[in-house]
Amino acid sequence: MTLKQIEGSQGVAEAVALCRPEVICAYPISPQTHIVEGLGEMVKAGQLRAEFLNVESEFAAMSVAIGSSAAGARTYTATASQGLLFMAEAVFNASGLGLPIVMTIANRAIGAPINIWNDHSDSMSLRDCGWIQLFAETNQEAIDLHIQAFKLAEELSVPVMVCMDGFILTHAYERVDVPSQEQVDAFLPSFEPRQVLDPARPVSIGAMVGPEAYTEVRVLAHAKQIQALTLIPEIAAEFKAHFGRDSGGLIQPYCCDGAHTVVIALGSVLGTIKDVVDELRAQGCALGVLGITSFRPFPLMEIRQALLGCQRVLVLEKSFAVGVGGIVATNVRMALDGTGQKVLTVVAGLGGRAITKSSLAATLVAAMNDQLEPFSFMDLQHEVVDRALGRERQIRRSGPVAESVLRDIGVVASKIS
Amino acid sequence: MFQTRIHGRGGQGVVTAAEMLSIAAFLENRHAQAFPNFGSERTGAPVVAFCRMDDKEIRLREPVMAPDAVLIQDPTLLQQVDVFQGLRQDGFMLINSARSFEALGIGDIARNMNPLRCVCVPATELALRFLGRPMPNAVLLGAFARLSGRLAVDSVAAAVRTKFSGVVAEKNITAARAAFDEVDRQLTQQAGVTHS
Amino acid sequence: MSHQPVKFYQTGTFTVGNRLLDESIRSVQATKTRSNSLNSGHRACQGCGEALGARYALDAAMDVSQRQLIAANATGCLEVFSTPYPETSWQLPWIHSLFGNAAAVATGIAAALRAKGRSDVRVIAQGGDGGTTDIGFGCLSGMFERNDDVLYLCYDNEAYMNTGVQRSSATPPAVRTATTMPLGAEPGNPFGQGKFVPTIAMAHRIPYVATATVADLFDLEYKVKKAIQIRGAKYLHIFVPCPLGWGAASSDTIKLADMAKECGLFPVFEAEHGKVTGVSKIRKLIPVEDYLKLQRRYAHLFGKAPATDVISKIQARADENIRTYGLLDTDVR
Repeated sequence: MTLKQIEGSQGVAEAVALCRPEVICAYPISPQTHIVEGLGEMVKAGQLRAEFLNVESEFAAMSVAIGSSAAGARTYTATASQGLLFMAEAVFNASGLGLPIVMTIANRAIGAPINIWNDHSDSMSLRDCGWIQLFAETNQEAIDLHIQAFKLAEELSVPVMVCMDGFILTHAYERVDVPSQEQVDAFLPSFEPRQVLDPARPVSIGAMVGPEAYTEVRVLAHAKQIQALTLIPEIAAEFKAHFGRDSGGLIQPYCCDGAHTVVIALGSVLGTIKDVVDELRAQGCALGVLGITSFRPFPLMEIRQALLGCQRVLVLEKSFAVGVGGIVATNVRMALDGTGQKVLTVVAGLGGRAITKSSLAATLVAAMNDQLEPFSFMDLQHEVVDRALGRERQIRRSGPVAESVLRDIGVVASKIS
Repeated sequence: MFQTRIHGRGGQGVVTAAEMLSIAAFLENRHAQAFPNFGSERTGAPVVAFCRMDDKEIRLREPVMAPDAVLIQDPTLLQQVDVFQGLRQDGFMLINSARSFEALGIGDIARNMNPLRCVCVPATELALRFLGRPMPNAVLLGAFARLSGRLAVDSVAAAVRTKFSGVVAEKNITAARAAFDEVDRQLTQQAGVTHS
Repeated sequence: MSHQPVKFYQTGTFTVGNRLLDESIRSVQATKTRSNSLNSGHRACQGCGEALGARYALDAAMDVSQRQLIAANATGCLEVFSTPYPETSWQLPWIHSLFGNAAAVATGIAAALRAKGRSDVRVIAQGGDGGTTDIGFGCLSGMFERNDDVLYLCYDNEAYMNTGVQRSSATPPAVRTATTMPLGAEPGNPFGQGKFVPTIAMAHRIPYVATATVADLFDLEYKVKKAIQIRGAKYLHIFVPCPLGWGAASSDTIKLADMAKECGLFPVFEAEHGKVTGVSKIRKLIPVEDYLKLQRRYAHLFGKAPATDVISKIQARADENIRTYGLLDTDVR
């Protein structure tokens, strides 16, 4: 192992390279670009023996990945935001075919309005596509999850997305422990596909299935996810035995014992939340934190277990289901079915809005005092929304919504956050 | 935890400066976190980057809103961006300029701060002299090492070598050391003024 | 013992691929050792040109690659009629992913084979005109420009047949489809639209581009065999009449393919690195009218008041092809 102070993207590129991918597809989209750039450099320099393809779109990236994985090659790609949506049809296809591709999602908002900054709208929009979705809290965990992801994907023959917050993690320099090749080789066996395009034993992959069997095939996809609920903690334990680190797993409880209020979140915001919770706990607040690492499969039982005894759950989400409310919260409510525990949803960090300690602390205090709406937005400029709605009531041709909103807010270039 | 915010313009190596700062801290066995104020900024646009340093793991991910130190790579930003937002009175202020705080129009702000923690350094001039290119980022880190006392200039030099190679690295380091000396000269002079 | 009538095939014509020829010049289809890559029992319509084209092309590719061949297939008739699970007509490793990504999937297979050092295994991608010239065009162009080691086979029947005969960018002008009905001032598919992908493929300067029809088995097999042995991106555009979509007799598939070539509407040629290197000359020039008349998709041009102006515009297209590709061998005539 080597301690390094490197960019998250570089760390992930090194981790992926250690997993000896045979085919890598690259298409630029912020903020994942540095990852594939790093891999491309390693391939060019001869440090990594892999086929590195610069493709013409994300749709092609995932399609190439489908072909190479079906031909038995360990396959990797990365994308974000519009890119994930552009490849959506192929993303569903990869999981439908049961191809163990590993893909990094550098989480980013979705347009319109076009926005390059972080939130979880991209991964969440494809949460039910049949891929396993793991969320990293730190760059160390992003590295570790990628190494675990290949093992998990190939063991189950299911593709895995490793989600890491765009810019916040991908572009952050922090200390990471990069394993050695020997360690990774000892942990990750070579890829033994369940199905492969092999002239010696021809098979037809991807043919039509009618009503007589479609349900069963889909249930089997669900069964794979249920198997992952067992396998993910097993792989995390095995990872710890090899690398000496706790990384991955289904959920990560923090100070949940005796907590009256537990904050649930995914990804890098957990760090800031823990800092705030530590400060509030020092003031006597019975607060805990539950990080969800595996969003798909969603660990219903484990979450229910971890939340035993708390009165109230505050789900902090970096995306939301427009027209309904929280996405993670809806899943959490399923986990808490019948317990009567209160589930609050607060949406924060959309399109890169900074999630600050002060706003978090205020939100947590409000939640503990039962002063928080069941569904709310952190740091929302209500007056801006109201003014836009008012304008639309008054003027038929009110123009592009986003432009009017920004005119109301005024110049932002001088602001830090 | 010590939090630094760096302001400059696209093309001046603002993000690289924050990264080198974090590497220098890492080389001193500290935890550090550097990240840009992300944007799709083109050359010449205002850019912000942050660096946190601590003796324990850094979990916080919010932008640096109450910095302990502010580094201004381009003084033309002073009238354009609220570069001092959240800066504490006992914080550090380092500006790339051959001019005085008064001449830069921020005399009021500087007067309210500890004079031993506020310095203008002609980093661009030093860069031009030693590097032949107006790249003030590594140079300012040398100045920052002396001003803040948080890093050894040798760590800055080592960090520079991770980002640049060969002659370019060495020239940057020479310029950074010159900036270190310049700050040292100014602070010594200032200490004399303060004590007399 | 019942009498088995032996059909007489005249040797020396371009349609003969049978076993009456000397073994050395028989077509792959005429050999007993052909691989039957697209085996019998599939659900294609009677007289399906695409089924013929795929069978000829893949058996030739299997033959020359010594059965070291993998196929990626776009969504479409070929995919649907050949494979509802658990049945499959494919006697080679075959994958269907999506409508618009066959070229990219094939690229991925080729990349995997390269990573594994399997230079002996060849890769083809195949799809209809919709999957090739429309929805799959981005992936196709990407595969071309990267010069990926894939032979792409487009079976062109000039419309979306799988979904019920809708217009594609390969549909010729004046044609009736479900989305270009013979109504209004300009009945059928408008003039001035559409694209001819072989020339776009040539613009990528890939090593090999060719067109062929199911009427000339030897030519088709020759081009497949040649292409499969070339490293890099190859494109073969095969003209395959569709009795259902064209409103033609199933027994006329070969005839129509031949007539399309003989009237000049479908130029048969090959090109290397962007330059035309060979042209199949028209043996007996026919007016386009003869070809159009046999297809109900052009029925609105005929009848009581024939649309002679439209027919002459179609003839002008054929004439232009004849000039552009030099389809008439004036010396011989």
